[in-house]
Amino acid sequence: MGRVGGKVALVTGGAMGIGAATCRLLAREGAKVAVTDINSEAGEAVARDIVENGGNARFYRHDVASQDDWRRALAAVRNDFGPLDILVNNAGIVIVNTVEDATLEEWRRTQEINLESVFVGTQEAIGVMKDNGGGSIINISSVMGLVGGTIEAAYCASKGGVRMFTKSAAVYCAEQGYGIRVNSVHPGYIMTPLLTNAASTLPNAEEVVSDLISRHPLGHLGEADDIAYGILYLASDESKFVTGSELVIDGGYTAK
Amino acid sequence: MNSYSMDNKVALVTGGATGIGAAVVDSLTQAGAMVVISDINVAAGKAKAEDLKAKNLRAEFIEHDVSSEAQWQSTIDKVVANNGGLDVLVNNAGILIGGLLADLSIEDFRRIYSINVEGVFLGMKYAALAMRPGGSCGRGGSIINLSSVAGIVGTPGESIYGSSKGAVRAMTKHAAVEFATLGYGIRVNSVHPGPVATPMGGQVLETLASDKLLGSEEAAMQLVQNLIPMKRFGEPHEIAQLVHFLASDASAYVTGSEYVVDGGFTAM
Ligand SMILES: NC(=O)c1ccc[n+]([C@@H]2O[C@H](COP(=O)([O-])OP(=O)(O)OC[C@H]3O[C@@H](n4cnc5c(N)ncnc54)[C@H](O)[C@@H]3O)[C@@H](O)[C@H]2O)c1
Ligand SMILES: NC(=O)c1ccc[n+]([C@@H]2O[C@H](COP(=O)([O-])OP(=O)(O)OC[C@H]3O[C@@H](n4cnc5c(N)ncnc54)[C@H](O)[C@@H]3O)[C@@H](O)[C@H]2O)c1
Repeated sequence: MGRVGGKVALVTGGAMGIGAATCRLLAREGAKVAVTDINSEAGEAVARDIVENGGNARFYRHDVASQDDWRRALAAVRNDFGPLDILVNNAGIVIVNTVEDATLEEWRRTQEINLESVFVGTQEAIGVMKDNGGGSIINISSVMGLVGGTIEAAYCASKGGVRMFTKSAAVYCAEQGYGIRVNSVHPGYIMTPLLTNAASTLPNAEEVVSDLISRHPLGHLGEADDIAYGILYLASDESKFVTGSELVIDGGYTAK
Repeated sequence: MNSYSMDNKVALVTGGATGIGAAVVDSLTQAGAMVVISDINVAAGKAKAEDLKAKNLRAEFIEHDVSSEAQWQSTIDKVVANNGGLDVLVNNAGILIGGLLADLSIEDFRRIYSINVEGVFLGMKYAALAMRPGGSCGRGGSIINLSSVAGIVGTPGESIYGSSKGAVRAMTKHAAVEFATLGYGIRVNSVHPGPVATPMGGQVLETLASDKLLGSEEAAMQLVQNLIPMKRFGEPHEIAQLVHFLASDASAYVTGSEYVVDGGFTAM
């Protein structure tokens, strides 16, 4: 029996990066994993790979910006796997911009994917979890929800929003006695497609990445697995007294 | 690969005879670690080690007062010599002297600081000397300091204690950044429990219930419930499981962090 043996988990943005690593780790530790994403090809591949390695997983196409998609995905997961125990709100985007050059469209798009989706997903998940005796909701924020970054103004705002929304939902669920815990995870910069794609839009990508590395006292960027392990802890019953808290996994970025 | 395994690790847990420390000892030994329990409570510490050995787990006891620099030196030396290394230090030993700020004495202050702050400083110092490259063990490691929610927010009756835990919180970050910058391979993090059901947890309630504060056990319980959304004290094993995560390689990218485990106490 793994650390999340028998539990049903839904991971948004599970096709790549941190989400894919989380799907694999949760499956390895015994969970039935719903891999959801807008990238069907990569998402199907993650689910297939998990199954080929003896795990239990299935892919669902699910755009986190759509409330209808949320309802469809949750209903399908319930039907295929049973009541949901774990929701990882991981899908997210970064559009490189500063406060001076960000457009209102970029700002709204960022809030829609990174923040609104977390609200909708958390609300929908509470709706199903409260009748099943509880669950664990894990929202992926960022160190950029704790300290300011210069070339990601809209992203910082969205991740700060995730941080405080998490606390509000956590306190509410605890006071209602729902048995639902809600926590946020704050990765430092992690080598994933999100980071390499964002860097590739810059003329001085190499310089930016080496500057990023120098901001992490441990002297290197993190790996997706480093974050997946923290998510696993929050997903498991080992963290049953943890709610409304911020799990920072950042190589010391925010300690200095 | 199982990143939670502690099979090849040697851990030292201060104040490991009772309470949270004893639960940490349970978690780490069950995960495969060789655990040295240190405490001033010799009877309870020895009994704890015997109990684990009877279950075929690896543990031993060393008498050790964390406020003594000489004892830190000799304890670390002994741990490394007897077990071939030191990978994890859990600075857990701590005391609480509750009471109104206006009533507490400078002796109370010095006593709390000598254990809760000087003990943690000395522990990090001698562990770093052993764990850093070229030290007697030299393979890096993980240091976990028990702070408290009282090191983050204010509560009545815990002024000196809370400030000592605030010092632990800040010292953790400084040590983490310094060790990482120097490439020591030593991670340092703090853990912040809310009230936990241990002898010290009982002391927290007693202080609140005292005549000069809330005046009754019911009022004290009511305040605690109002402060904790989950409406209960934590259990020692709930803190221990977080310490296990920070002690293991699963947290390899975590340093200088403060992890709360408090039923929502500091979220509101
Ligand atoms: N990589 C980092 O440095 C870093 C640092 C801090 C926080 N984060 C956060 O971690 C999370 C995962 O990031 P990552 O680095 O793994 O990103 P990634 O770009 O590698 O993967 C994100 C996944 O989300 C999916 N996605 C995007 N929009 C979606 C939508 N509308 N609906 C459903 N799925 C969608 C993508 O298809 C992709 O599979 C994000 O919330 C991100 O903000 C990442
Ligand atoms: N119980 C709580 O509510 C709570 C909440 C937050 C933080 N903490 C912290 O967690 C840690 C453990 O607390 P606990 O509740 O298990 O306390 P406890 O009083 O139940 O146990 C503390 C242990 O430390 C030992 N000790 C005391 N002084 C020592 C010294 N000078 N040298 C060596 N050992 C010594 C004691 O003998 C005892 O075994 C402490 O640092 C405490 O401040 C406790």
